[in-house]
Amino acid sequence: MATFSSPVSIEVPKTGQGGGGTRPPVYGGGDDGRGDGSPDYGARLRRVRLGLAIGLTSVTMIFVSLTSAYVVRRGLPTLDERTNQYVRDWIPVDLPLALLLINTALLLVSSITAELARRQITRQAALAPIRSIPGVSLGEDNGFPWLGFTVVLGSGFLAGQWMAWRELADRGFYLATSASSSFVYLLTATHAVHLAGGILVLLYAVAVSLLHKPVEERRIVVDVTAWYWHFMFLLWLYIFGLVWFIR
Amino acid sequence: MATSATIHSHAPQGFIRKYIFSLDHKVIGLQYYFLALVAVFVGMLLSILMRVHMIWPTAVLPLVGEIKPETYLSLLTMHGTIMVFFVLTTAPQGGFGNYFLPIQIGAPDMAFPVLNMLSFWTTFVAFVTILAAFFVTGGAPLHGWTGYAPLSALTNSGPGEQLGADLWITSIAIFCIASLMGALNFITTTLDLRAKGMTMMRMPLTVWAWFVTAILGLLAFGVLLSAGILLLLDRNLGTSFYVPLVVVNGQVMGHRGGSALVWQHLFWFFGHPEVYIAILPGMGVASQLLSTFSRKPIFGYKAMVYAIMAIGFLGFMVWGHHMFMSGMSPYTAFAFSLMTMAIGVPSAIKTFNWLGTIHGGRVRFQTPMLYAIGFVSLFVSGGLSGPFLAQPVLDIPLHDTAFVVGHFHLIMGVAAIFGMFAGTYYWFPKMFGRMMNETWGRIHFVITLVGTYCIFMPMHYLGMAGQPRRYSQFTELAYLKHLIPLNEFMTYAAIVTVAAQLIFVINLFWSMFKGPKASDNPWESTTLEWTTATPPPHDNFGGRTPVVHHGPYEYSVPGAPRDYVMQTDPPTVASH
Amino acid sequence: MGLALLVIIWLITFVSTYFFAAKTWWLPHGASTSTPWIDHQFALTYLLMGIVFVAAQGALGLFVWQYRDRGTASKVTYSHGNTRMEVLWTALTAILFIGLNLMGSPIWASERFAPAEAGSVPVEATGMQFAWYFRYPGADGKFGRTDPKLMDPSAGNEAALGLDTADPAAKDDIVTGTMYLPVNRQVDLTLRAVDVIHSFFVPQMRFKQDAVPGLIIHMHFTPTEVGEYEIACAELCGLGHYKMHGMLHVVSQEDFDKWLATREAEKQ
Repeated sequence: MATFSSPVSIEVPKTGQGGGGTRPPVYGGGDDGRGDGSPDYGARLRRVRLGLAIGLTSVTMIFVSLTSAYVVRRGLPTLDERTNQYVRDWIPVDLPLALLLINTALLLVSSITAELARRQITRQAALAPIRSIPGVSLGEDNGFPWLGFTVVLGSGFLAGQWMAWRELADRGFYLATSASSSFVYLLTATHAVHLAGGILVLLYAVAVSLLHKPVEERRIVVDVTAWYWHFMFLLWLYIFGLVWFIR
Repeated sequence: MATSATIHSHAPQGFIRKYIFSLDHKVIGLQYYFLALVAVFVGMLLSILMRVHMIWPTAVLPLVGEIKPETYLSLLTMHGTIMVFFVLTTAPQGGFGNYFLPIQIGAPDMAFPVLNMLSFWTTFVAFVTILAAFFVTGGAPLHGWTGYAPLSALTNSGPGEQLGADLWITSIAIFCIASLMGALNFITTTLDLRAKGMTMMRMPLTVWAWFVTAILGLLAFGVLLSAGILLLLDRNLGTSFYVPLVVVNGQVMGHRGGSALVWQHLFWFFGHPEVYIAILPGMGVASQLLSTFSRKPIFGYKAMVYAIMAIGFLGFMVWGHHMFMSGMSPYTAFAFSLMTMAIGVPSAIKTFNWLGTIHGGRVRFQTPMLYAIGFVSLFVSGGLSGPFLAQPVLDIPLHDTAFVVGHFHLIMGVAAIFGMFAGTYYWFPKMFGRMMNETWGRIHFVITLVGTYCIFMPMHYLGMAGQPRRYSQFTELAYLKHLIPLNEFMTYAAIVTVAAQLIFVINLFWSMFKGPKASDNPWESTTLEWTTATPPPHDNFGGRTPVVHHGPYEYSVPGAPRDYVMQTDPPTVASH
Repeated sequence: MGLALLVIIWLITFVSTYFFAAKTWWLPHGASTSTPWIDHQFALTYLLMGIVFVAAQGALGLFVWQYRDRGTASKVTYSHGNTRMEVLWTALTAILFIGLNLMGSPIWASERFAPAEAGSVPVEATGMQFAWYFRYPGADGKFGRTDPKLMDPSAGNEAALGLDTADPAAKDDIVTGTMYLPVNRQVDLTLRAVDVIHSFFVPQMRFKQDAVPGLIIHMHFTPTEVGEYEIACAELCGLGHYKMHGMLHVVSQEDFDKWLATREAEKQ
């Protein structure tokens, strides 16, 4: 059976690690990025962002199809077996608006904190080469735990959504009560699942920050996580708008 | 166009890191390929059992016993699902695409190797899940690979529609996620990891095919996932997305207000792009091989690229042609039928261009080329029954008959498979360092080509005569009785053809160990995988980054020293 | 090998075409007003696709033999294609395909866009696992109420449909397991399904339409010849799909009236 090991190995220097790096990282798409041995973090960031954008397209398609099913079902009359006529049987869901608005506010703030985390690490990554110049001190930069705040706020949103479902149930709208309630639960739950995934990635980003990996590598994780988080917020606005204005 | 900004490490050591949870796209490609190989044999076995039952419904078979009508339908459902997902969506894209896309664009690996590894193992979990459906109480579902509601949404609509159906949906949902991960990787890699000089319009047509296929998958699988979630909810949590008020065997079910057509719309919005996902990679391979073995550039490279893009784009606009008889508005049907006729045009362009490639060439008949030629023949045969079905008025007699089954089998069940055979024989030397046996390759080719035509061409006749599909036997309707002899002929042809596939498998595995050693470029082909060692080293190019100076199909260039110009040859050799 | 390929491809093409041309297995004899139109459109598509089929396969077989590598005798014409040819055959294909489609659309329109004409025979066909039931509205011309809660398939006919005899309009409804139609009169067919999707398919009427639960679908066709025609189910509906069939009897108007009268008498 063929083997796949290579006689050639490529060294990977760690840069920006507490000022002990060997040379500044190479940015911009160098054609021979492997020649000098240092990885091109700028290109890698662009690549991961591209991957995220592509991945979010597929997430969008999930919600496009759910929206389509929602809109179609809302407009479809049902055959009434007693009269043999088509009747409209769409019952608008009595949404707990106040609670949902609070949840939206939580998510908005979490998006702000996520963005602050993203900008913070961008600054840290930009300053890292200067830190590595012997004799230069920029002082300590531990950074504010914006990521941690985002996790807390995001979890708060999920808790709030759970409370909203409880409130819906109290108002008599369970998953199978009506077509409209089925969609409300479905849309919000699908979003919540994706948001929970986002929280897991945030926790990973927090872990990566604590593990003293190179700042550029940490930046990639935090950057992409933050963009994903913003998308989750916009998605929520969309879903909220859909079930509220088209109810 | 950035190049290798991967944070690349040493080649992995240890059996688990090298062969089980490998991050190397070449290993992952082979994992996908062998998964598909297992799946195709499961699928073929199911189809033989089906065909035997159709002719001898009361036969008691060894090991299986007597096949009841509901069991026939379970075999049918699983045959379709396993073949479409775990063979046609796995081997061409996950198998060959994974192995050769990075190499053909000059990259050291896929953009996201960890994601790549995860997407294979997720596919594997999906495969195990669907096989489990055979072994639970009630068995595998009987609702067909298309899973129309309410049949698939009611747990009491038939045997197999309980846990078996839930496992089926779950398996498909897991497969959706695996495919989306793979699509992400393919698209990012193609856009961001091309080597210097590898412009989009210098990419081999195999890469274009994998790229557009990935885009189709990216946009379509999410919709299938949604459809499946709604189906699971209807089945298990009492919702009524797809189920109106129904009475099953005198029992009024608790659903109300759902629409069976919504399932069909969602499913086919995915389902139609899916069939293009199944065939586009094969078209890419056919183009690559016809050019290589005719020693001529592909006829109309640009047109071929645009045709792939047009097929991809239009593929999202024709799903309603599966629903002409469904109760959908006839006006909508008319719109879909126009779009469907339109998508026939880029397919025709590709066929003309394949013929144009052979014309004026210098054809070599090694086994890969035989399969590429077979692909063209089968695609023509299968494709030309399309314009019948695309017209709603002709769909009236033909919908849900054997005519449709013949149409899609010739294209997906044979042409696409020939694409895989072609790819196997072509890339085997590069993957395993040895050549497959030519003589047995030819024998396998002839038997398979003639055998599959014998199985699937008669389906068109049967369909015109009004034989409905998914019938477990033809003993109940008088007008079908005279069609049984032809069905019997097809069953014999199927048994012979399936048996002949053992020749391929034996050739494959024997040659891996005992085949004659291959040189680095045995076919004198021009694309990047043939510039590197056999098999390729861990980072594909042994520490070098290729620089591309030529298009992918520069054969018989006037003034060149050989009748082929590698893409990495110096620019002084005249070409585009 | 080139010659072998040519022979195999041409042989496959010849044998396939032979059976198509000889109509060894063909559309069953049609007996409805739509038959000539549909069959004509079919024949036209058939002929044109057949020509393309033979031409394409023929060219493939010919080229692989004609352009086989004959050593130094072979000369390759280096070319990246021919834009003029591309445009030409693209245009021709588009005209062919779209033209064919547009030619068939008036037939589709007359079959499906327009409702049943006045004076057509109203019949309701209901599909359930695994039988068809046919209901005639009786003298009042109205279909009576059915109630899902009253459905009992084991009792057959009226009970299978859940006919609500409390409804006066239902009292004269006739429910049978066989379908009778008068020849040369359009039927105003109402399709329903009780449990899963079925499909009402009468090959000799060139008629097919899915029966979908939750939908009442109106269709029409006009039988033109007296005879007995099998009705097949053409949408997978469960384990009995293969044996869910009905029978359509097309009889003279006289015989139809007599049959209805007999059914009405049986109800008393």
